[in-house]
Amino acid sequence: MASTRRTVILGTLGAAGALAIGWGVLPPRQRLNTAQALPTAEGEVAFNGWVKIARDGAVTVTLAKSEMGQGVVTSLCMLLAEELDADWSRVRWQPSPIDKIFNNISTVVDGLPVHPDTDNAALDVLKWLTAKTMREVGVMMTGGSSSVKDLWLPMRQAGAAAREMLVAAAAAQWGVAAADCGTENGEVIAPDGRRLGYGALAAAAAQQKMPASPKLKPPERHRLIGQPTRRIDTPGKIDGSARFGIDALPEGLLYASVKMCPTLGGRAQRFNDAPARALPGVKAVVGVEPLRGGTGGVAVVADHPWRARKAADALDVTWAHGELASFGSAAALERFAQAARSEKGYAFFETGEVEPALAGAATRIEAEYRAPYLAHAALEPINATVLFEGNKATVWVSTQVPGLARSAAAQALGLPDEAVTVNVMLLGGGFGRRLETDFIAQAAAIAKAVPGQPVQTLWSREQDTRHDLYRPACVARFEAGFDADRRLVAWKNTSAGQAIVPQVLTRAFGLPGGGPDKTASEGAFDQAYEWPAARIAHVAVALPLQVGFWRSVGHSHQAFFKEGFVDECAHAAGQDPLAFREALLQKHPKQLAVLRAVAKAAGWGTPSPAAPDGAKTARGIALHDSFGSTVAQVAEVSLGPDKAIRVHRVWCAIDCGLAVNPAGIRQQLEGAVVFGLSAALHGGVEIVDGQVQPSNFHDQPIVRLAEAPRVECLILPGKGQPEGVGEPGVPPIAPAVANALFALTGQRLRSLPLKLA
Amino acid sequence: MKTMLLNINNQAVNVIADPDTPLLWALRSEQRLVGAKYGCGKGLCGACTVHLDGQAVRSCSMPVSAAVGRRITTIEGIDTPEARAVKAAWRVIDVAQCGYCQSGQVMSACALLASKPAPSDADIDAAMSGNLCRCGTYPRIRAAIHLASRSL
Repeated sequence: MASTRRTVILGTLGAAGALAIGWGVLPPRQRLNTAQALPTAEGEVAFNGWVKIARDGAVTVTLAKSEMGQGVVTSLCMLLAEELDADWSRVRWQPSPIDKIFNNISTVVDGLPVHPDTDNAALDVLKWLTAKTMREVGVMMTGGSSSVKDLWLPMRQAGAAAREMLVAAAAAQWGVAAADCGTENGEVIAPDGRRLGYGALAAAAAQQKMPASPKLKPPERHRLIGQPTRRIDTPGKIDGSARFGIDALPEGLLYASVKMCPTLGGRAQRFNDAPARALPGVKAVVGVEPLRGGTGGVAVVADHPWRARKAADALDVTWAHGELASFGSAAALERFAQAARSEKGYAFFETGEVEPALAGAATRIEAEYRAPYLAHAALEPINATVLFEGNKATVWVSTQVPGLARSAAAQALGLPDEAVTVNVMLLGGGFGRRLETDFIAQAAAIAKAVPGQPVQTLWSREQDTRHDLYRPACVARFEAGFDADRRLVAWKNTSAGQAIVPQVLTRAFGLPGGGPDKTASEGAFDQAYEWPAARIAHVAVALPLQVGFWRSVGHSHQAFFKEGFVDECAHAAGQDPLAFREALLQKHPKQLAVLRAVAKAAGWGTPSPAAPDGAKTARGIALHDSFGSTVAQVAEVSLGPDKAIRVHRVWCAIDCGLAVNPAGIRQQLEGAVVFGLSAALHGGVEIVDGQVQPSNFHDQPIVRLAEAPRVECLILPGKGQPEGVGEPGVPPIAPAVANALFALTGQRLRSLPLKLA
Repeated sequence: MKTMLLNINNQAVNVIADPDTPLLWALRSEQRLVGAKYGCGKGLCGACTVHLDGQAVRSCSMPVSAAVGRRITTIEGIDTPEARAVKAAWRVIDVAQCGYCQSGQVMSACALLASKPAPSDADIDAAMSGNLCRCGTYPRIRAAIHLASRSL
């Protein structure tokens, strides 16, 4: 999901960290062995930090990424099981402990603010250095559509290393050469056909020397990777046994409800706790400060969640509304619009001479696009459970950042990080909200008041909506110039909005943030289109409102802006939107192939059939690169009563490099279309005087089943390593729908959510 | 606090709770039946769906006292032919993503199939549009209900 692409860390920690430690003594890059051996159950042995095998042959894979719906349980187990030649039906998983080998490296490396076509040796060195450094000083993080990519090498190596050790143990037992033995389906096979199961071999195999460089299979020998594979985490999710953060039920659990300042970032000035304390079951009333980007308030701890909620409602609090008391989202958007019009911003990408090209153009068009602040609206409301026991603590939480979660709790409790144990639960949706630790620090501060008893702090849906860290609003200006033959000669784009990364550095690491934040401009500057002349810039406007990563981050709105204006350019040039894009992609076969595949599947260029009720339909197309993958979508739309926008069918093509689990990729793309459609049709939070207006699903709707389109997915055979999958399906849907609406109605919609006049 | 005799998953259970406590919280915190989820507290999302005398209800917005004398069935206890068909279809079609809403989806789907063994798309729209899924599993929910229907 959303990323913590920390460009500043790259600049500072990447280079400075290397200088401080020194090149030669940088620690090894190995990501196989944890500092402390994995804890094992009776009869189970650990081969490295990633895999344990039990006497009965059960294989337990370490899950170092959080499962939040994106299917990492299945895809990551596949990586290891492939090289282990495991019996897939015997593969289990277990959340990882916190260790450096589990730090996310690929997201940070990919966070460099450079165009993907950039090719120079200095960049390669910086990437290498950053990878090495991030293993030491990075964080465990599930985000940036990076899980499979980040663990592609280490988890396969871990499986291959264990396999070689099992083979060595069997060969020794049989007195044959290891090279003459094979493996298949959880067994080692001798040259004469005898077989020994991994379970029987595990204890002896763990004594074998770990191979320094385990040999990996060439892709053509993959038996599991590349096969559409059903999720292995489904059974618990349909029988009530799956455990999310909210389902942590340690013995003696108490429940906390918080009354938070209605103004974001505000705090309780004073409060009268007598009415709440008088209510049955109330154990404690605790004032909580705004922590890590959150809002302050007063918490009630009670013996029952309903009692805690009612008692919190009964609190009489006088608020100190703080610096956001006069913040309004409408004014913020106006300020961004002004900045995009009048300021130059930081140019993330420039080619040719855009100003002379514009000045010399025969015709020019310009437009302004807008996107609102957005809440994450994961279905599992924010919660965390904390047990404080004086010199140690235990946390149960749905989080994308276990290490930061531990630090947040430790800091709130006044404990060293090592004294806090974090149990990562299943996430009832993350989408970037659970990259934040405001609520974990808050839950820890509350639990501190009731030592020895676990306390679950649960927010209401209304609080979840109103105390989010929102997808930043953004405004983009575009100018394009055409020559006398209506060929595009210039593309100028300046967007303005808040930058996320500097805020994250401050609230999560206590560091001052600065420097260009790639996430602000990603989706605008880093695309494949071959502009004759272009300048693509972003103006970072510093505002106190806390903003966060939201599934696909900058791409979530930049794709809407860019693909909308590309469509406008196509019409200005008098060309078909598909042909216009093709002409700008002559040196980009990957993007061309994806675009053509989706167009073919959707029947682009043929008449669009009538909707089931006979209404006229039209199609729109969009193409977007994000997280290493290329996605193109075609949406087929019609209008219902009261100009209701209806999306009937969506065709979606992706090139995501090597497709590890095609079944999982299809599932993610379908889900991403629906997720993105909620933002396209309904999304947006209005903030007045620092207070978020919508509260629950009635005034902050998401797409319902009846509104969901049919989605047809195509996975192109990609080259190279696996690229991102969880997010790339989100960005193109809003522009595909907007472009279809233009084709249908002639109205060009430049603001989200989409509303026809 | 009041002691109330409830029938949960065909078992008689004494539940001690304030009578206005939503059924959801009585199930979750008293009975530790956490399959039904809190999502909105207002009957807007369906994550808390359980059956009351075989009908799908939103347990977040119904007081526990209103369930006295009625048969409560949760995801942990449902074992009807419809439930077996639905769960099998959910596995074959790989419906679930994060899974948080899925207990409620399965309970709503079971109630639908019990009353309409061969639902049309419009029936599915009507019966399932009160169950929100943020991961966007709707196309597969629709397909899985049709598949379950065919297997019944």
